[in-house]
This record gives sequence, structure tokens and C-alpha cells, in this order.
Amino acid sequence: MANLTINGKTLTLDVEPDTPLLWAIRENAGLTGTKYGCGIAQCGACTVHIDGVAMRSCGISVSEAEGKKITTIEGLASGDTLHKVQDAWIAQDVPQCGYCQSGMIMAVAALLNEKPKPTDADIDEAITNICRCGTFQQVREAIHTIASA
Amino acid sequence: MNKHISPRLNRRAFVIGTAAVGAGLAIGLDIPFGGPAVVRAADGSPEIGAWVVVRPDDTVVIRIARSEMGQGSLTGLAQLVAEELECDWTKVTTEYPTPGQSVARKRVWGDFSTGGSRGIRSSQDYVRKGGATARVMLIQAAADAWKVPASECTAANSVITHAPSGRTTTYGKVAEAAAKLTPPADVKLKDPKDWKLIGKGVKRLDTVDKTTGAMIYGVDVKLPGMLNAAIKDCPVFGGKLKSFDEAKIAGMKGVKKVVKVGDTAVAVVADTWWHAKTALEALPIVWDEGDNAKVSSESIAKWLAEGLADAQPAYVGNKNGDAKAAIAGAAKKVEAIYSYPYQNHATMEPMNATALYTADKCEVWCGTQNGEAAFAAVLEASGLPAEKCDVHKVMLGGGFGRRGQTDYVRQAVMIAKQMPGTPVKLLWSREEDMAHGRYHPITQCKMTGAFDANNNLIALHYRLSGQSILFSLRPEALQNGMDPVAFQGVAQSGDAAFGYSVPNLLVEHAMRNPHVPPGFWRGVNVNHNAIYMECFMDELAQAAGQDPLEFRRKLMGNHPKHLAVLNAVAEKIGWNTPAPQGVYRGIAQVMGYGSYVAGAAEISVTDGSKIKVHRIVASTDPGYVVNPAQVERQVAGSFVYGLSALFYGGCTVKDGKIEQSNFDTYNSMRINEMPKVETVMVPSGGFWGGVGEPTIGVAAPAVLNAYFAATGKRVRSVPLRDQNITFA
Repeated sequence: MANLTINGKTLTLDVEPDTPLLWAIRENAGLTGTKYGCGIAQCGACTVHIDGVAMRSCGISVSEAEGKKITTIEGLASGDTLHKVQDAWIAQDVPQCGYCQSGMIMAVAALLNEKPKPTDADIDEAITNICRCGTFQQVREAIHTIASA
Repeated sequence: MNKHISPRLNRRAFVIGTAAVGAGLAIGLDIPFGGPAVVRAADGSPEIGAWVVVRPDDTVVIRIARSEMGQGSLTGLAQLVAEELECDWTKVTTEYPTPGQSVARKRVWGDFSTGGSRGIRSSQDYVRKGGATARVMLIQAAADAWKVPASECTAANSVITHAPSGRTTTYGKVAEAAAKLTPPADVKLKDPKDWKLIGKGVKRLDTVDKTTGAMIYGVDVKLPGMLNAAIKDCPVFGGKLKSFDEAKIAGMKGVKKVVKVGDTAVAVVADTWWHAKTALEALPIVWDEGDNAKVSSESIAKWLAEGLADAQPAYVGNKNGDAKAAIAGAAKKVEAIYSYPYQNHATMEPMNATALYTADKCEVWCGTQNGEAAFAAVLEASGLPAEKCDVHKVMLGGGFGRRGQTDYVRQAVMIAKQMPGTPVKLLWSREEDMAHGRYHPITQCKMTGAFDANNNLIALHYRLSGQSILFSLRPEALQNGMDPVAFQGVAQSGDAAFGYSVPNLLVEHAMRNPHVPPGFWRGVNVNHNAIYMECFMDELAQAAGQDPLEFRRKLMGNHPKHLAVLNAVAEKIGWNTPAPQGVYRGIAQVMGYGSYVAGAAEISVTDGSKIKVHRIVASTDPGYVVNPAQVERQVAGSFVYGLSALFYGGCTVKDGKIEQSNFDTYNSMRINEMPKVETVMVPSGGFWGGVGEPTIGVAAPAVLNAYFAATGKRVRSVPLRDQNITFA
């Protein structure tokens, strides 16, 4: 059993402490917006915020995440109000297949929280998620649009 | 900040199975007195022809048979229908009919296959007619109610107007009456000059749920009482499962069952996938690897290299004059050998499917590029007849050709069949996905060019040796043994025709099929043929002492469409003006999937091996552009796929198995490596070409030719990773 605080709610989940957080989120908490891509913290599809920091949830165990504030893509909006990154993604039609975009959006939201006006070099350094459809050009444009708003 | 926008994509189509197993689109037939049957959607709204449902509130539901996998054709196809329907675009939503429903209705929605950049180009005619048919019926219904001739009525934005009397009504109000009319036998489509919605970069219909985590992919399907399965197939292709020791994992948490899947694989079924995967990794398995375990990349390369020799048999794909004789008597000749490796599709979402089997029904929920092929796989694996099977399509986390195959669907059914009544979701690990791809075929190519004394190219011999996709996947499509698809981009005619005139030409393919299973892949044969041909064109230009662009232009007089896109990129990149200090250019063109494309790259190279791609200009002539915003994204995205393949792609074989296992050994481009891609659309009209794939072909040769301009070095094999050439 583990107590995880996800999107503001503390859940008691029947899950072993060494289970990767990704699978506790997807299978035990039932929040499927966070995606499995590689399981080895390479692709970033499973990115969530842990105490506000973007992290790859496949590489963190449940026991490491206990007691911390976990935010998934489902918890990024404030009630009915979408986060500015989600707004920008819709305005610029960023997603293609969309599978990597939950992780991409979480990574970008954390970057903008830290650096509201990131340079291209900041983006290059912080956003290391894989997108096989190739949405990078729209991702970069959308980040700059948010930053200049 | 915005309020949540209600999803424009009809969620029912995607969660259909999660809400109500077996619910279909059409729930009933009204048989009115003396008229045709009215088919109703699940909410009771009537169909106006098979492609359109109109609800009382004027919402228009457009049926989409092809699959959305990121390429945007769900939106493009809806635009095509809506253009002719004259409906209010802001009230358009879409849904997927199931293949089972389509088969039951004599394939009323046509082909479901979504590959070869065909989604729009091969269904544009009948889906536009579907929209036009519904418009005619809706107008007729209004005219009947007003007792006026239909010819006096017009429709726009879902409103029907009878100008002489000033009366108006809406589609929603006349839908019931329209549905009872006999559809017109033939309808006239608009002249392209009158298009209002086609050609407009309207927003995609499926974006909102992709930003909130709400979109349901195959991996996200949930059914009541569902279990999860992890699978391992024999890592040597063609090998078999010998035995496994189930007792060793019997006590592991959550494990429900260990099942044999066909002759080659074993799966663990558990409460959660994490439990299933953990137990599978602990399961002792013995494989019968067979003779293929002796095969390696080296042995394959050697076998393919032998096929380059003239003495070996080969299929001729394109020919004029006598290339061999002309080469023998030439003043000068140039020769080079290139090669291209196996590549995995590496869709972001690994293969998966959910199956529910009972004695009299089998249903599958999955992302597939070919609903009907998945349906056929369900029939075969379940042993049940068509009326007892169906496939519910969900969003694909990438396809790129991989999800045109049905191996994972078949496996899911074989597992579920061993647990009747329990829905089972089969998900491959990334490692399984890397080990059991349907790989970009492996080839080598020897090219010989010959010049006369005045440096005119008089002959070209293009000899491929390597794998055929059709041989493995669709042997019935071979033509007397020859695989016509192998000649994509260098074919005599058709939708991937060669763009140069050479007086003596011989293009041939020595077919050699190693045991590694090939598959269609984004761009597939165009990718390597364009590298071979376009890099060799540069070598020929160099040998002739001519500018690569001018050299090509001289050979393209009879190929105006190929030339037009080449000229478009040359102009946009400023070929005739000097590049910035330290920056070098390369150029390439090809035709594939019915479209003419060209690309030009600007790169800089440090230490001879670190490449920075500063800028890409790409042009495309797909005949017509349905949604320019989506075309632009497909072109930019195709450079990510094409340059990832060039720099990082490459699956090697050792002991009969693929060596790469995950993104750490099979990398993909990141945002810091992404060049700025400028797209030039030059649609010339009169034909319909594809968009998702063709521009991949020019990505690698444009960069490789620029690399030569920068360093004087020719790179003749992919990936660059293996030659210690990297992104800067």
C-alpha cells in the first residue's frame, strides 16, 4: 500500500513500493493521460511534475514519490481553466498523433514556470522529449508565443 | 486563459467500447411505408447517406473510414465532405464506423487502409460525393416541404434558402425527411475554383483531448474486469517457443495465467501490466531459435553485396536504350555503392490491442492503420464468422506503416481466446516493440554513370540488391516475381516516377530476402532510392565539373513537375547567392506517393563530423492542398523522421536477433537538433498526391549533399551514427 498525492488528492493505492510511479498513476490511480513510451527515462512521454519539477515517472519508484506533490496532465488545468501551455497548444495545433504531448506539455509548463521567457538555447536544453511525428517546430513556436504574451 | 473547449472530436467513437461493449453506430432501421430504410446513428439521428449524420441541433457527424494517426487526414477528410455538404464547419464532428458494420453493409465506407499517403488521395472522390449526395437530399427535403422546385433552393452553412419566397430552414430541421428520400444516382462535384473549405488551414478536429490527457489510445482502453498481458515472442525471427517454467512465477503478485501464444510466443496475464511484465521477465523460457540464429548484419551485407554483381539475376524496373553497352564504350565513368539499413518504426505508443472473446463473439479495441485488415485478423484468430466479430478503432500513438500490420491484434485474440469472457489488454514493452518490428527493408545499390567526351551523361545503371516488402507481406502483388514497389522514386511511370531523362538507363533489383521481416515504413522505398539516386546525382555533377542544380536541370526538360519543385526550393534557399560564412548547401528531388517534392539544406560542420542543420527548404506539389496548415506540419515532421533515420536509425542483426532494444540504442531527434523547415507549396492541380511521406525522401540526400559540399567527403551508408558523425 502507498499513499500518493496526485493532482491535489491523496490516494491510498494497493501497489508495491518499488513499482514505477508511471504504472501506479496509470493502473492504480487510473489516470491514463501520462503515457508509457520507453520505461527507461529516455523519451519523456511519462513526464509529470514532482513538487513542481518535471520528472520522468517511469524512472521514479512509488516509495520515492510518497509524500510529494504529484501533478499529471489531468491536473494541469485549474478546474475548467486550461493551463496557458494547453491553450497555446490548441491555438497553434501542436499535437499530431498526440501520444508524446502530455509529457511534452508537462515539460514545457515546468520550463516556463522556471523561465517565463526562455531563449532557444533554454528550450534546447530543457525539452528533451522524443516526438516521432516531429512536432518540434510547432512546440518551439508555441513556447515563444506564450513567452511573448 | 480559455475555458475547457468541448472536444470537437466525437468522444463516443473513441470510448464506445469502454462505455458499452458492442454498441455500434447504427442501432436500427426504420422501414417507412413505400420508401427506403432510414439508418440511424446510436443517438437516433438519421443518416443522410452513409457518410453524414445530421442531428436536430444541426450538428453534422461525418464518418471517417481511414485512421487518424497524427497525419491530420481525419480533419482533411471531414473538410472534403463538408465542402460539398455546405454545412456549418463549426458544428462538424467525426466518428469512425467499425469495419464489422462496413462489411455488414457491403463495404459502404470503402477501403479502411491508411498507408502509402493514400488517406485523402484515394478516397477524395467518393467522400466528396458523400457530402454532395447528402446536400442534394437535404435540399430536396426542404423543397418538398415548401412545394417548390429544388432547383430554386440553395444551401450554405447548413441553412437552406428558397430565394424567391425568402424562406429558410436548417439541415437539422429537414434531416428526418431527407433521410427518407432515395439518394440521387449521381451528383456533380464542385469545380476546384469554387472550393471554400478545401484549401483552408482550418484547425484540426482532434486537438483538445490531446492536450488534456483525455484522448483514448489503445494503451488506455479500459473494460470492466479487464486483465493485462505482457508478451515475449521468439527473439530470432522464425524461431519457436520450446518451453517455459510456469511454476517459477506461480506465486508472483497479480499473476492470473501464463499462456502460449501460437507456436512462437508466451504471455503472462495479470491484474496490472506492471505485474504481468515483471512476472514475464522472471519466467524461464527456452526458445528453439532455428537456423536463423546464424544470421548477422555481416552475413546479410555479404549476401546483398553479391547481388550487386551483373551475373546475378535481377528484375528490371525501368529501362531505355542500352546502358551496359553505353557504359562500356563511354569516355568516362563513375561508380559508387551505397547502402541503407533496417529501421524500426518506433511509434511512441508500443503495439497493443485489447480483446474480448466469448463463445459467440470476439471484439477488439486497438489503434490500427487498417481496420479491415485488423477485422480479418480477428476472424482468423478467433475462428468466428464476420457477423460475430468487430474492431473498435481508437487513436493511434503513431503508425508510420507499423500499425498496418496485424500481428499484435492476432496475438491479443489468441490470448483472450484462452480466457473466454475476460477482456485482456495486450501491451508490448518497448523492448518487444524493438525486437519485433516490421522493419524498413535493407538494401544496397551500385550505380554506374557514364559520360561522353563533352561531359554529357549518356548512361546510368542503377542496381539495387536487397529486400522486397511485397515478397513478405503481399506476395500476390508481385508481378512475375518482381516487386514494383521496390522501384519507388526510380520507376518508369506512375506515382513515384523517375524525374530524369538519361538516353541509356537500366534500373534493376536483385531481390534478396533475409529472414528479418520487412514492412511499409514512412516513405519506405522512396527513402533509400532518393538517397542513392540524389547523392549519386551529386557525384555525377562533380565528375562533370558542374553545379549540382544545373546538372540536374539539364536532365529534367521532360519532367516539368519534378523540375518545378526543384526550382522552387532553389529559389527559396537562394541557391544562386552565396550561403552565409561556413554554411554549405545540398539539394535533392524525388517523386513519391503521387507528389513531386524537393528539399534543400543549409548546414555547417565542425571537426569534420558534427553537423548543425540550420535550415531546410522543402517544396511539394501534391496536386491539391486540402489543409495547408497540416501539409506544413507533415512536411516539417517528415524531416524529423527522415533526419532521425539518417543520423540515428539502423537496426543491426546479431545471432538472428535485432540488437537495438530501446531509445538508448535507437535514438530519435530531439528539439535541439531540429532545423527550421520552410515549406513551399506549389500545387499545380489536376491530380491528387499524398503528403505524409514524400518529403522524407529528400531529407537525407539534401543533408548528405550539403555534407559533401562542406567536407569533400561522400557518405554512402546510413546511419551516420555508425561513422561517428553526429548532430553538433
